[in-house]
This record gives sequence, C-alpha cells and structure tokens, in this order.
Amino acid sequence: MPSSIHERETATTTPRQVRLGDPTELLPKKLAHARPLFDPEILRRAIRDSFVKLNPVTLMKNPVIFVVEAGAALTTFFLVRDIAVGAGNIGFQIQIALWLWFTVLFANFAEAMAEARGKAQADTLRKTKTDSIAKRIIVGDRFERVSASQLRAGDIVVCEAGDLIPGDGEVVEGIATVDESVITGESAPVIRESGGDRSAVTGGTKVLSDNIRIKITSNPGETFIDRMIALVEGAERQKTPNEIALNILIAGLTLVFLLAVVTLQPFAHYSVSAAGSGSVPTIAVLVSLLVCLIPTTIGGLLSAIGIAGMDRVMQHNVLAMSGKAVEASGDVNTLLLDKTGTITIGNRQAVEFIPVNEVTQEELADAAQLSSLADETPEGRSVVVLAKEKYGLRGREVASHEAHFIPFSAYTRMSGVDLDGRQLRKGASESIAAFVREQGGQVPDELTETAERISRQGGTPLAVADAHRALGVIHLKDVVKGGMKDRLGHLRAMGIRTVMITGDNPLTAAAIASEAGVDDFLAQASPADKLNYIKKEQAAGRLVAMTGDGTNDAPALAQADVGLAMNTGTMAAKEAGNMVDLDSNPTKLIEVVAIGKQLLITRGALTTFSIANDVAKYFAIIPAMFMATYPALDALNIMGLHTPQSAVLSAVIFNALIIIALVPLALRGVRYRPESAASLLRRNLLIYGLGGIIVPFPGIWIIDQIVHALGLA
Amino acid sequence: MTPNGILQIVSFFLLILALAKPMGAYMTRVFNGQRTFLHVLLRPLERLCYALTGVREDVEQRWTQYTASMLSFSLFSFVFVYGIQRLQAFLPFNPMGFSSGHAPGNATAMTPDLAFNTAVSFVTNTNWQSYGGETTLSYFVQMVALTVQNFASAAVGVAIAVALIRGFARQQANAIGNFWVDLVRGTVYVFLPISLLIALFFASQGAIQNLNSYTVATTVEGKQQVIAQGPVASQEAIKMLGTNGGGFFNANSAHPFENPTPLTNLVQMVAIFLIPAGLTYTFGKTVGDTRQGWAIFAAMSVLFLAGAFTLYYFEQSGNPNLQKLGIESMASASQPGGNMEGKEVRFGIAATSLFGTVTTDASCGAVIGMHDSFTPIGGLVPLFNMEVGEVIFGGTGAGLYGMLLFAILGVFIAGLMVGRTPEYIGKKIEGKEVKMAMIALLATSAAVLLFAGISSVITFPKDAYWNGSYGAATGNLNNGGPHGFGEILYAYSSGAANNGSAFAGINANTPWYNLTIGLAMLIGRFLIIIPMLAVAGHLASKKRVPVTSGTLPTHGPLFVGLLVGTVVIVGALTFFPALSLSPIVEHFLMNQGRLF
Repeated sequence: MPSSIHERETATTTPRQVRLGDPTELLPKKLAHARPLFDPEILRRAIRDSFVKLNPVTLMKNPVIFVVEAGAALTTFFLVRDIAVGAGNIGFQIQIALWLWFTVLFANFAEAMAEARGKAQADTLRKTKTDSIAKRIIVGDRFERVSASQLRAGDIVVCEAGDLIPGDGEVVEGIATVDESVITGESAPVIRESGGDRSAVTGGTKVLSDNIRIKITSNPGETFIDRMIALVEGAERQKTPNEIALNILIAGLTLVFLLAVVTLQPFAHYSVSAAGSGSVPTIAVLVSLLVCLIPTTIGGLLSAIGIAGMDRVMQHNVLAMSGKAVEASGDVNTLLLDKTGTITIGNRQAVEFIPVNEVTQEELADAAQLSSLADETPEGRSVVVLAKEKYGLRGREVASHEAHFIPFSAYTRMSGVDLDGRQLRKGASESIAAFVREQGGQVPDELTETAERISRQGGTPLAVADAHRALGVIHLKDVVKGGMKDRLGHLRAMGIRTVMITGDNPLTAAAIASEAGVDDFLAQASPADKLNYIKKEQAAGRLVAMTGDGTNDAPALAQADVGLAMNTGTMAAKEAGNMVDLDSNPTKLIEVVAIGKQLLITRGALTTFSIANDVAKYFAIIPAMFMATYPALDALNIMGLHTPQSAVLSAVIFNALIIIALVPLALRGVRYRPESAASLLRRNLLIYGLGGIIVPFPGIWIIDQIVHALGLA
Repeated sequence: MTPNGILQIVSFFLLILALAKPMGAYMTRVFNGQRTFLHVLLRPLERLCYALTGVREDVEQRWTQYTASMLSFSLFSFVFVYGIQRLQAFLPFNPMGFSSGHAPGNATAMTPDLAFNTAVSFVTNTNWQSYGGETTLSYFVQMVALTVQNFASAAVGVAIAVALIRGFARQQANAIGNFWVDLVRGTVYVFLPISLLIALFFASQGAIQNLNSYTVATTVEGKQQVIAQGPVASQEAIKMLGTNGGGFFNANSAHPFENPTPLTNLVQMVAIFLIPAGLTYTFGKTVGDTRQGWAIFAAMSVLFLAGAFTLYYFEQSGNPNLQKLGIESMASASQPGGNMEGKEVRFGIAATSLFGTVTTDASCGAVIGMHDSFTPIGGLVPLFNMEVGEVIFGGTGAGLYGMLLFAILGVFIAGLMVGRTPEYIGKKIEGKEVKMAMIALLATSAAVLLFAGISSVITFPKDAYWNGSYGAATGNLNNGGPHGFGEILYAYSSGAANNGSAFAGINANTPWYNLTIGLAMLIGRFLIIIPMLAVAGHLASKKRVPVTSGTLPTHGPLFVGLLVGTVVIVGALTFFPALSLSPIVEHFLMNQGRLF
C-alpha cells in the first residue's frame, strides 16, 4: 500500500515491532496472555466433562473410542456374569474392565481439556456482553435511550466518552479513542474515525474520549463477540477435511483390527483342538487385544489436536472463522505480504543528509532538524534523531525563540519553521524548488539530480531550503524490519514463496524486495492487481494467503485461501477474510502458517506413533494368549513378561496411560522448526515412527514389573 | 546359501532391472497411442478390432463408464468360460472325451461349482485350480476359454493400472481413457507379440504343442504309463507373461513339458516380472518424472530381495531334525543339502526358492515345487507376499495399482508429518482417496480372514452336498496342527490376492471350497479395481500442486523406506495373529523337534 509521508500514527504500529521476537523461531515460545496448560479450573471442568462424554450417542462420532467403550461394556457384562456364576479369573477381569473404562475416560478427558480451554475463554467474553443502553438517533441531534438488544442493522447511535459501544458498526461521523482490550487484550487505546479504513467498531468496546456517531451493521446475536464466543466455545466446530480423511483412515484400521481379532476366535478354536491343550482366549483377553491394536492414541487425541490448534491461533490473538482456515494455512504456497507494516517497519526513516553546493553536512542537518522539531510524524522524528546521532545536534527548546511552525498541508506539500528570521522548509523536491524560486533564489541542478538518484534507489527524497537558498536533500528510506530477511528465508526453506505487495513504483519496489529477500513483488499494485495475482497463483494449483484491512482488499481477501483481516480494518474486510488478527499485525500471517503446519504435523506424528505402537503389543499379547496351547510361542515373549495375565494387563495399562501422557503434546503441538519437507519427515519418522515401535517395549516391561511386584496378576 | 544360489538370485534381479526401462518405455508409447516399431505390422489388427466391435478409438470415458465397461467385459468372460466348460463334451478337440461317457477312469467331473470356481479364477487373473488340467479339461476349453482369459484378464489388469496412471498424470480432466482401447492395445501390442516369441522359444526347448490324444508308454519296469499331450507351449507363454499361473498340467511348471530346461525356467521367471516391472517405468514416464517410477521399482525390489533371500536361507538351511539324525544338510559338490522335499531335482533349492518368491510376489501362482513342503519360514514368505496384496511387482497392472494404494496410505500418514495436506505426484490425498484405499484394504483382509475363520470351525454333515465325504471343512486337510491351519490360510490368501498358487495339501474341489475361494477371488479382484478406478477418476479431476521444498519428496530412499514400511507393517498388523498360529509357531515347534 502506498504510504504517504505524513501517515497518521496509530496505536497499532507499536505492537508490530515488539512482537517480532526471535527470528530463528517462527512461533514465539511464550505468549503473554496464554493460559497455563493445566489451569485448575479448566482441569476440574474437563474431568467432569469426561464422564458426561461417556454417553454412547455422542461417543458414536468417534468410532475408535466408541469401539473401546463397547468393548469395555462387553467385558463388564461378562465380568458380572462370571461373578454371578462364580467362574473365571474375577480379579483379572475386574482390572481389565477398569482399565478399558479408563481408556475411554482418558480419551474423553483429552477432548474435554481442549474444549474446556475454549469454554473458559468464552465465559470471559460473555461477561463483557452485558446489555448496555444505546442512544439511538431519531432525527438530527435528538436521540432516545433503548436497550442495545433492540438495535437493528441500519440504526444510527451516538456514543460519548465512557459509553460502551452497543453493537458492531461503522463510524459515520467523528473521531474517538476506543478501548478494545475486551477483544484484543491490548490495553492501549486505538483511534476510530469516520471514512477510510479505521471506521469499524465492535460492540462491547468502550469509547474513551470524544464522541462519535455509529451506524449499526449487525443484528443482535450476530455480532462479532457472539461469533467469537461461538468459535472459541467450539459450538460451531465442524470437522476439517483433513480431519475427516484421518478419521476414515483410523476407522478403517479399526475395522481391519476388528476382523483380525474376531477371526482369531475360530483360529484359536482350531488351534486348541489341534494341539489338544489350552483354551480359547476369553472375551476379556480378546477385547484387550482389540483395544490395544486399534489406534486409540490418535483416536482419543484427534479432536483435541484440532481444537487445540484453533486455541493456539486464538492465543496469538487471531480469530479463525473455521478450523478449515487454520488447516489451509499449513498448505499455503504463496504469501502475499504488504510492504508497509509487514516487511518494512511502516514508516520511512531518514538515513542520510546530502548537501548541495557549498553547504556543509552539519548546516543541512541543523536546518533539517529545526524544520522537523514540530513534525510529529515518524518521518519527522527520524530526521531529528538522525541529526542527533550523526552530528550530536540535540533537540532544542525553540519555544523561547520567536518560532512559528508551518504545518504540512496537502496544498503546499511542505512543512517547516520560521525562526529568528530564517524560513526553514522541507518537503517534496518540486515544492521546495518552487518555494526557493518564489523567494528569488536559484535551484541548483544538483538538488534535482540528487532527488532523482534517491528515488531510483527506492528511497524518498525530502528537499530542505532556507528561504531562497536550497540546502540539500534528506534521504528517507523504507527500513526493513529486523530479522525479516531470516524469517523470509525460513519460509523459503519451508517451500513458501513470499510476494511483496506495494504501491511503490517498480524501481523502489525492486530495491526493497532485494533488501528484504522476498521472492517476487507486485509494484504499483491496485486491489484488482492483487486479486488477479491470487487467481493466477491459484490456477497454477497454489494456495495463497494474504492480509488486508481496507474495503478494497475485500475481494482479494475473499479469494485468497487464507485471508487474514486486520481488526482495525473495515467490516467489509473482516467479513471477507477467514481470520481476523485482533492485534492488527500483518506479520502474524507467518505465525498462522506455522501453526497450521504444526497442527498437521501433530496429527501425522500421533497417528504414526499410534500405529507403530502395535508391534510391541502383539509381542506382549499373542504369546500370552496361546501360551497354554502352544508353549513354543513363548519364543515371541521377547520382553520376558511374567505371566499371560500380567502381559495382557500391562499392554492394556500402557495403552491407556499413553493417551494421558500425550495429552500435553496434543494440546501444545509438536515442536516445529522451519526446514525442508525431507528433513522434517526424516526427523519425525525417526521420533514418532521408530520411536513408536521401540517405546512400548520398555514401557510394557516396566508396567509388567510393577503389576507383578504388586501381585495384581 | 551357496555362491551359485546367490548368483542365480542376483543375476535374475539384474536382468529385471535391465528390462524394466525398455519395456516401460514401449508400453508408455503403446498406451499413449504413439507409434512403435510394431505398428507397421499390428496397427491394421488393432483397427480391425475397433471396426468389428464399433469401438470409437478417440472417445474417452469417465471413471464410472470405464468401470462399467470393465465389469461388463468381465461378466461376459465369466459366462463364456463357464458355458464352454460345462459344454465341453459337445465341443471339438476333446480327444480324451472329458465330461462324456468315454472319459478316462481318473477324470474329474466338471461340476457346476468347479466350473464356477475355474471361470472366476481365470477371469480374475487368479488361476487357482481345483482341478488337474490333464484329467479334467479338453483342449478346446484350454485354448478357447482359458488361454483367451489368460490374455484378457492380464490386459484388463494393465488397463486399470494405465487408467490410474492417467489419473495422476492428468489435471482437471473428466476422462481416464477408454477401457476397450486400452484392452485392445495391451493385447495386440504387448501380450500377443511377446507371447508369440516366448512360445516359440519354449517349443524350441522341448515344450510340446499338439492336439494328440494321450500317449501310452511302457516304462523300463514294464509298467504302463499314460503321458498327457496338448497345445502346451502357447498357453505356457501367456501363463507366465500375464502372471496367470494356471498350469496346463496339474504339476504346473514342474512338469517337463511345460518347463523343460533351466533356461526356460529363467525365461518363465523373467516373463512373470517383465510387465509389472516395466509398468513402474511407464508410471514414472507418464507422470513426467521417471524417478517416481524408479522409487516404486526400488520399494518392490527391496521387498522382493528380502523375500527371496529369506526363503532361500531357510530352504538351504534345511530341517534341524534331520541334521540331528546325522543326515548331511550342507551343500557340497555331490549333493544339494538343505530341504529338498517337494523340489524338482532339475531346478534345485535356489531356483525353487527364487521361483516361489517370484510367483507369489507377482500374482502368478505357477509353481516348480511344493510350497507345502517348504520349511515353516520358507512357507511364510509366499504366504506373506500374498497377504500384503501382491504388490511386489505383482500381477500385470494389479501390482502397480496395489502398490500405489499403499503409496497413497503411506503418504497420507507420513505426509502429514511435513505439515501439509499430503500430496502424491502433485495430487492432494484427501478423504475420498483414503476412503477408497481403506475399502480395498478392508475387502481383501476380510476375504482372507473371514473365510479362513469360518473354514477352520465349520462342519458339514458327512456326504452332504457342501463338502462331500470330508464332513468338517478341516477334513479336507492333509496335515494337522499349525501346518493344517496354514493350508486353509494359504488357500484363501491365494484366492483373495488373485495369486492362484496352492500350498497344496488341501483337497479344495468341493462345493464349499470352490464357492468360498471363488468369492474370495471376486472380492480380491473387483473390490480393489473399483475403488482404484474411483481414485483414478477423482485424481484426474484435481489440479496438480507445484513441487516446492515444502513438498514431501516421493522419489528418494526415504520414501522407498516409508513405502516398504507401510506395506510390511499394514500386512504384518493385519495377519500377525493368524500367521503366529501357523508358520510362526510351526517354526518354533520344528526347532523343538515337532513336525507336521
């Protein structure tokens, strides 16, 4: 976006610079307002919900855990029968049944934990939704007091300092500072004004100063806060495409294992009669084998991973409208990044004073600093700072002098100060040239040439003059954010192309693009150009993510696969995007991509781990099952488990405990480092594939030792 | 293992490695409709086929139409083969008068259930045989029904594979080719000319080719021996090349008229792998990256070599119980050592181990030795090869589409671990692909496990229709204990995997086994083909995602390892309980001195 030299400073630029963090990590380690993983209140709620979720009707949605519950019920039924007739190994059966129920509860707990975190957040939000009184305009300045719930889209309300804004809307008149900490958690007030891209206000936020008229844009129950509550609470949660596919896979595997276990019964029947010894495995043992084999780990954690992914996005103060959007962000191939505020720090800064004719650098610096003293724009301040740093010129108190400040106007396109008879001016080089000629001076060719040279290099020249005397040029430059080059490099390693969008001319754009290290740039970009670029990328099979805040960004935001709208932006932009960044920090797009990837990796890792675990469980259970029929099979008991009962019990206990052990991993997500797919796969296959095969062997062995020592089986 | 034996296995593999590319490149041109050096001769024949049947060469089909064409063709083939078998008494070229009043005393009756089983068997490229060829079928049935199906069922398999390859190669397309055109091209340009060459070679080596009635000879001991005759060489060539495996004679490739010399034995094995290996190259070439094809080839090779050497190692090591009795089991200049039970002395241990691996890797099923007589682990290898679904080179076409099914599953699980929606060959692997792959996987597992489960416990009244004088389904077994269970498991694994080789040792020609093995064959064939065609259609309609450094690479050793791991782990997890009650426990029992 073209940023005018005299762009208004807003509260939103400050957090941008603070949040950049360590450039080698795409995801900051600690988030200021993140809840601790095991908050006691959340824990209590989750434990209660784990029992509620035992209801088979709701559990049916999770086929793997439903099978476990059916198995637990079946085992319990046979246990009761055996107790009634006084047959079988009651102690063993009781333990198996208990652990099977625990398995279901643990899986429920994982999901409940993830949901409880969202619900706790929703409760906080709901508290802010107290019904306020709105001043609805009837005609002219006359208004009536109505309840906020009576407002309808199209109503105009007036809000004064101290009022709660009664509903979502657009400022149609006036300017005010607004406290939006309810939504953003950020205590610094933001400016909201009519017209332009900062006109949107959110219901529930508070006007701190001035008064504004707001046109309400949403009906009660459909406001931003309502949607936010629904989203964090997971009420509208729908399974994402990848989650559905993964569910099919694990449901399919469950059926395969069901087949393997069910047919084991007749196979055992044959074997027992052929060997003439032993007995067919009991229901408790068969169910144990089934539960150990079906992917309970991933089955129990799958929905928790998805909810936690949404929650992690939320902790970054980004509101994702759907899980699908979070998932898609992991797949993004192309990132469209606005130059201003994303790649550069948003404001141009003075980097050099270039005097003309016989003027010295110090003289130019002095004049430039004086002319900028009253200039509160970041550019103006940067001139003062540069003069101070380079030439030791301190900002002087000029009030004592006879100083008259000339503010910038779009008409003159310059600003400055009249001080002790001097007429110091700075501004666009043509304006300054005109001013100098007007004052009867000569404009040296050097001035124009220097200004043109700076433009060619991608900078912005600001000419400085003292009445009829041209002094020189200040070189203003877009400053690329610290660490940006590294971050973009990481994105490249992940296979993501970055494209810089700017309103600058191609020359300027090219210079900044090469400095920042983006892969491509779109110069003098109009909203239509942006849209076409996205369509072109998508036609080539790529997924595109972008940020935007203006109404004219809306079509592109809607077209992009991941559209991150700024909370300071217009309602149209927020509606069009599928995520809203409450901090209005466009750089966050990179973090969102990392979260999306982390979500998918966590799913893949736990699925692989879950399936790989089965190898060890076979070695525990199969020899135990047929020890009496074929004692020779003891050769497969490579863990040296004590008795057939303790082997089966240990495998079931391991299977249940591993779910609980992995809950933190599911909620936090596996560690993600930006690197190529090949090295990611190698490392994750090693950890979760090979690790998944190996870990259960010592795990089951240790449990068996304990079970044996306690005399449980 | 002897140096000679290792050399046999390694040189066979190198031969396949050398042939894969030229064969694959040739098939790429054929199925793209491009000219080859054979077009001068065969193009008129191809056009004649279209002219006679009214097929329009340039009209392509959606996956549903493709599937419908394939199914209707298979149904027609089934009815045709069934009918001809049942009517063989009234048809020509029946010098021995099978199914008629003057049939030989040892002839097998062509019952409806046997005709059903045989028809299904040849239409599904399984070629399981519940009968002995020389005692059951007329030359007319062998030539017109069975040999024709040897061509047709193999060409259908290749057509399906080619359609799936097109699914990966195309983008935003509706159609995946024309079934009839693929069928004709595969037959005319691939199977016919190569079979002709191989048949002539076999005949030159001593395989017979005649329509005579059987010869009665007097042996040196003065006994009378009936020597079967027939048009063997021509059927033998396509039996191997089309990975059919249904022998002209009961002894299959162990019979000197089918497989006369060590040289024909080598050609037979090469013919089994020739087209499946070539198709991996066709796959890579067609999707525009030959490395993708070589990765599939490499994964198949790893599994093949592991199987061949395991089998060979255990066969050459022999039976420890015989060693304890003081019998020499080390190979030496004067004797082969190892386990020679059930092996043709002409071929020996290494060649039989290699053949046993090749024939069960690919869904061929021809045999030169008794798999039933292998050592327990030696028998486990063929059984496991079939239970992973015949994807180690596999049947013509079937091997490739089966392996791509595992690639889809492997990529889906592991691909997530790179932080993207999994992609293979630029196509996103989503719910639909996973669903279809799981249906295919589930169907074959179910066919093996359920039928084997039922057969190991079901009993029929003695002399009832279903299982005749055997009574219980386990009554048909020749061996007891875990080995007997292995025989049941092998029969259904062979059927569902469309392999057709027999562990033997089970008398399967009863209505119960004919029917259930027939059903296993149908499930194992069509419940894989239909889902894979659906995948082809769905993939073809998708865009191709460009490759970046964030894309899971599917051409390196890492992917090969992943694919091998998926095949082995999925296979092992599904069948480990069953296998542990058959060859695995049998192995431990053998070491303890118990044999079955």
